[in-house]
Amino acid sequence: MLAMEYRGPKRVRATQKPMPEIKHPQDAIVRVLRTCICGSDLHLYNGNVPDTRVGSTFGHEFVGEVVEVGSEVTKLKTGDRVIVPFNIACGECHFCRQGMFGNCHESNTEATAVGAIFGYSHTAGGFDGGQAEYTRVPYANVGPTIIPEGMDLDDAVLLTDVVPTGYQAAEMAGIQTGDTVVVFGAGPIGIMAARCAWLFGAGRVIIIDQEDYRLEFARNYSYCEAYNFREMNDPVVFIKKITDWMGADCVIDAVGAEAAGNAMQTITGRKLLLQAGSATALHWAINSVKKGGVVSIVGVYGPTDNLIPIGNVLNKGLTIRANQASVKRLLPRLIDHVQNGVLNPKGLITHRLPLEEVADGYRMFSAKLDNNIKTVLLPPTANQ
Amino acid sequence: MENKTLDPTQIKGWGIDADPKNDPTYPMRDRMNVGQDPDSKHRPDSLQPVDTEVLRSIERPNVSAVFGTPAPPTGLSGLIRRAAFKYSENRYRHWLPLIVADRVNVVEGIVSDLAHGKVPNIWAEKGYNVEWKHNRSAFITKMSLIAAATAGVVLWLSSSSDSKKKRRPEPRNYLSRF
Repeated sequence: MLAMEYRGPKRVRATQKPMPEIKHPQDAIVRVLRTCICGSDLHLYNGNVPDTRVGSTFGHEFVGEVVEVGSEVTKLKTGDRVIVPFNIACGECHFCRQGMFGNCHESNTEATAVGAIFGYSHTAGGFDGGQAEYTRVPYANVGPTIIPEGMDLDDAVLLTDVVPTGYQAAEMAGIQTGDTVVVFGAGPIGIMAARCAWLFGAGRVIIIDQEDYRLEFARNYSYCEAYNFREMNDPVVFIKKITDWMGADCVIDAVGAEAAGNAMQTITGRKLLLQAGSATALHWAINSVKKGGVVSIVGVYGPTDNLIPIGNVLNKGLTIRANQASVKRLLPRLIDHVQNGVLNPKGLITHRLPLEEVADGYRMFSAKLDNNIKTVLLPPTANQ
Repeated sequence: MENKTLDPTQIKGWGIDADPKNDPTYPMRDRMNVGQDPDSKHRPDSLQPVDTEVLRSIERPNVSAVFGTPAPPTGLSGLIRRAAFKYSENRYRHWLPLIVADRVNVVEGIVSDLAHGKVPNIWAEKGYNVEWKHNRSAFITKMSLIAAATAGVVLWLSSSSDSKKKRRPEPRNYLSRF
């Protein structure tokens, strides 16, 4: 089968790999119909996630059709079309039973700090991802959700990560009616977080990025104010200034390890890997939220350390909330929002490429070429 | 001195100000500590057979019920990875060797490609087609700078090794004094 394959930092290709096999009675094999490149895939692409092995297949955003099920799979059958949450969850462990499906304890042997994620290095379980024609889906009774009748596959594929992560970013921000919410990062997650902030009653939503085309997109898609930090002397002072010198009630870090904007962070975090990525956005978030405010983190960082002003967290009395999205918990509500027209996930998609051109897709997203926001990859078998 | 196990409910004042509603994790989590969980060690009934090498974090007692299998550790990078997994996720000596192993693995990947008669198409793998299509002038500038810098370093290294050769003194014939 055709699959994306990692060969080294900024080097990927589409190549033939063996078909996945059932390894556990609760496994299913899924024929991928749509798969996306996620912003967090860029951390892998750039070689910044420890234990990313050559030969791995990335891709944690995919939907597909079930073509084979293990002997203990009771909730799916061959032919079902499913949304596959990006996190792999057993549904039975101490954490899953608390709704923490992004923190499952029975799917990742190689690290305890992170649950398993499809196609996200051996640090996240060593599972091959969905940027392929076929993928093994563990715990098929738990994660995969049947795509509702009439739902567009383009909407469905964005319910695997982008929509739940953006929604949970807003949820974790603890937004109260009338609150001012600042979102750092106008990538797909940041744009969705800004859109979802309104669902929680925000009074004002502001998004900050360095790419004008993304800011323009966010302005239209998320109905928010959008500002380019390259045009500011200091983004923290700017936010203080436009919030009556108080700071925002809630700030969302939707950037993570690839942040630009601070040379010291970029060199130590992204170039020398002395930190678990560049923590510029988180640094700004802590300093621009008001005293007693909430910082919500969905931007992905590595497993080691980052330089952030933790003293300010203490002195300002901040609450920091963070997690990988609990996709399974959120899916029923988000499916409703999509079906009722409240959210329009597929409106984020700007590019469609055949899986064969996966290397071009990664480069385009990484270098922000051709006004790229979100790329969908189509495996050759998707139209069968 | 030996540590004693206490029944916390016997401590004066235990729980008198407890407020279940004061839970910053709501609604992300249905709060349940291990003591409230009648089966906190619960595992799925079926466990994936361990028929390949799986590196296990020493912060957990067992292999998880399912795990990924596609790329077991091999070669020099595998040796480094195995050594890294002797340490916990709390230690740099776990993570930094893994990053080193990843880089070694890249070289192993190229060697493996060549050994299988495949010359990696670096241009295509790096997606330079789209840089050429959408970002040509910046791409040419960037490549020119990289080429110039590389040539400069090569020239500098070769000239410094030439000058070292020139400056190297003639070997003395120590035996002649005898």
